[in-house]
Amino acid sequence: MVKRISLLLLAGMTALTVAGCGGSDDASSGGDAGGPSGGKIVMGFSQVGAESGWRTANTKSVQESAKEAGVELKFSDAQQKQENQIKAIRSFIQQKVSVIAFSPVVESGWDTVLKEARTAKIPVILTDRAVDSPDTSLYKTFLGSDFVEEGKKAGQWLVDQYKDGKDPVNIVQLEGTTGSAPANDRKSGFQEIISADPKFKIVASQTGDFTRAKGKEVMDAFLKSTPKIDVLYAHNDDMALGAIEAIEGAGKVPGKDIKIISVDAVHDGMQALADGKINYIVECSPLLGPQLMDLAKKVVNGEQVPPRVVTEETTFTQDQAKQALPNRKY
Amino acid sequence: MTVSPTSSGPLTLLRHRLFWPVVILVALLLLNVVFTDHFFSIEVKEGHLYGSLIDIVRFGAPLILVALGMTLVIATSGIDLSVGSVVAISGALACLQISDLGDQDSVGGVLGAAGVALLLSLVLGAWNGVLVAAVGIQPIIATLILMVAGRGLAQLITGGQIITVNSSPYKLIGGGYWLTLPFGIIIVLVVLALTAFLTRRLALGLLIRSVGGNAEASRLAGIGARGVVITVYTFCALCAGIAGLMISSNVSSADGNNAGLWIELDAILAVVIGGTPLSGGRFSLGGTVLGALIIQTLTTTIYSIGVPPETTLLFKALVVTVVCLLQSPAFRAKVVRRRRPAGVSPVAEEKVRVHA
Repeated sequence: MVKRISLLLLAGMTALTVAGCGGSDDASSGGDAGGPSGGKIVMGFSQVGAESGWRTANTKSVQESAKEAGVELKFSDAQQKQENQIKAIRSFIQQKVSVIAFSPVVESGWDTVLKEARTAKIPVILTDRAVDSPDTSLYKTFLGSDFVEEGKKAGQWLVDQYKDGKDPVNIVQLEGTTGSAPANDRKSGFQEIISADPKFKIVASQTGDFTRAKGKEVMDAFLKSTPKIDVLYAHNDDMALGAIEAIEGAGKVPGKDIKIISVDAVHDGMQALADGKINYIVECSPLLGPQLMDLAKKVVNGEQVPPRVVTEETTFTQDQAKQALPNRKY
Repeated sequence: MTVSPTSSGPLTLLRHRLFWPVVILVALLLLNVVFTDHFFSIEVKEGHLYGSLIDIVRFGAPLILVALGMTLVIATSGIDLSVGSVVAISGALACLQISDLGDQDSVGGVLGAAGVALLLSLVLGAWNGVLVAAVGIQPIIATLILMVAGRGLAQLITGGQIITVNSSPYKLIGGGYWLTLPFGIIIVLVVLALTAFLTRRLALGLLIRSVGGNAEASRLAGIGARGVVITVYTFCALCAGIAGLMISSNVSSADGNNAGLWIELDAILAVVIGGTPLSGGRFSLGGTVLGALIIQTLTTTIYSIGVPPETTLLFKALVVTVVCLLQSPAFRAKVVRRRRPAGVSPVAEEKVRVHA
């Protein structure tokens, strides 16, 4: 009896999951099947999910700029699962969209489905995240941030700040999720710039998993184990925000006693920058919609596009943050 | 603090069971002193206690709470995988309500928000309990449902965003201090005292052990096994709900994706290190608290001695393996026997199970 009921429930769960996937497919096939022949560009876009404010802003940017550019958008949310994304791309191929754009959930395992797209002669644009396939002919271009460059910008600001001093500068680093591309690249870019001068020394470096809670916990431990900390370099704003609480709890002033550099420029981070608690933020912009639409038009018209397009991004000091804050979209 | 069928035996045996967890905790703490000079020093800063030891109990508080609830569930030979999701839901709901308050510093508003979040936790726990006890689904499957669906619910509440609040009364729960002590620890002590009272002074502890030992026999003996099971799952979710408030309060924000992620595994580990067998039938609250402290000390150790992030998980795995081996009477007996074949008889603590 017990077994039968649990089986029934399991069956019910499976049905629900299937229905869930079906639902998102329906949403993506909601529009009428306008092919490239109709003259209007139809873009199939498969998003990673809605895991952060950054991602939501990214989605909004793509949707809004599609509307502005007169591109019909078939949007599908993969909910962090590669299988959903592959399913969505296959459904885009069946619907004969003019161009497919997607942010790969993971780096590997895309060859088969991308070859299907190539066979169907549908160009593919990668956004925000790359795939590790050696066959670069599988996609037209990759539009996204250059994480190494972000690390370099962070390092450059630090070098400029301390260019007159001779004293050693003790740096602690809060890394992103171990093994993730932004964590690896932001670390190596930063390292490359500061290693030019031996006075810069990373005295402690740990992962804070890109979260506030871990950022605070790790920073609290650093504050006790490392006697003198001059600078904190956090791989994203959230970890920096957590660390700020730890620094305040230790009776120190964030932004003064310990200078803080961070990456992302999400709203809460910009607020802290404007309040003087963070010293410098390197932007990692999610607003790549306009650039994406531009590229899509070129690709559909058969124009040549560079294989790598970097998102237009800037950096913020405290004064710039105060000015920029009222107009920020995320 | 130890509650077990053997606790009626000689006191030395009782001491013996918590001996190894204590040894490990002390060893980890001493390891830290080698790397950090002032590891044991506790000073007063900004009007509250400040130091590495305080950090360990402060950051360990949510884990201790979740593990306490988990102990009772495991004692009924069940398991609750959904605690991490309940942590996320509770924090998200509380922060959402506080962010809607006109005055975020109003104590009444914060209490109301916390109350609603805890109420929802109770409902979720009762749902788990009913699935296990009344419907008869295996605990690991029943709670898996909420573990998966609960994350989605938390994301639904936060709208996929991180909700930031700026409320000093809410901040107190997980990040504040009272009488120089971290407030979270005070909450833990209260819950611990309450749990110890309920399970040791009242019959509840006996009923839990009886249901864990053999649910069918307990039912035939006239124990309302269903009621007991539903109660422990509800209690477990309540603990997770409080932990969720602490975790979100500590950073003044609710993160539906990451709050309490994998805390169920740490909690189960804490329970096991503390000497409660997964097969149920007996439990040790003191052991669980020690287990949770060991896990948190291990985390702090990794940060302070500077284990590279790439090898953190391996380091943790090695330590946990050693801890579990030391904890296992069978393993200790084997080692002792090999060294001295003449044989010191091992301490037998195996539970005798009667299968229905």
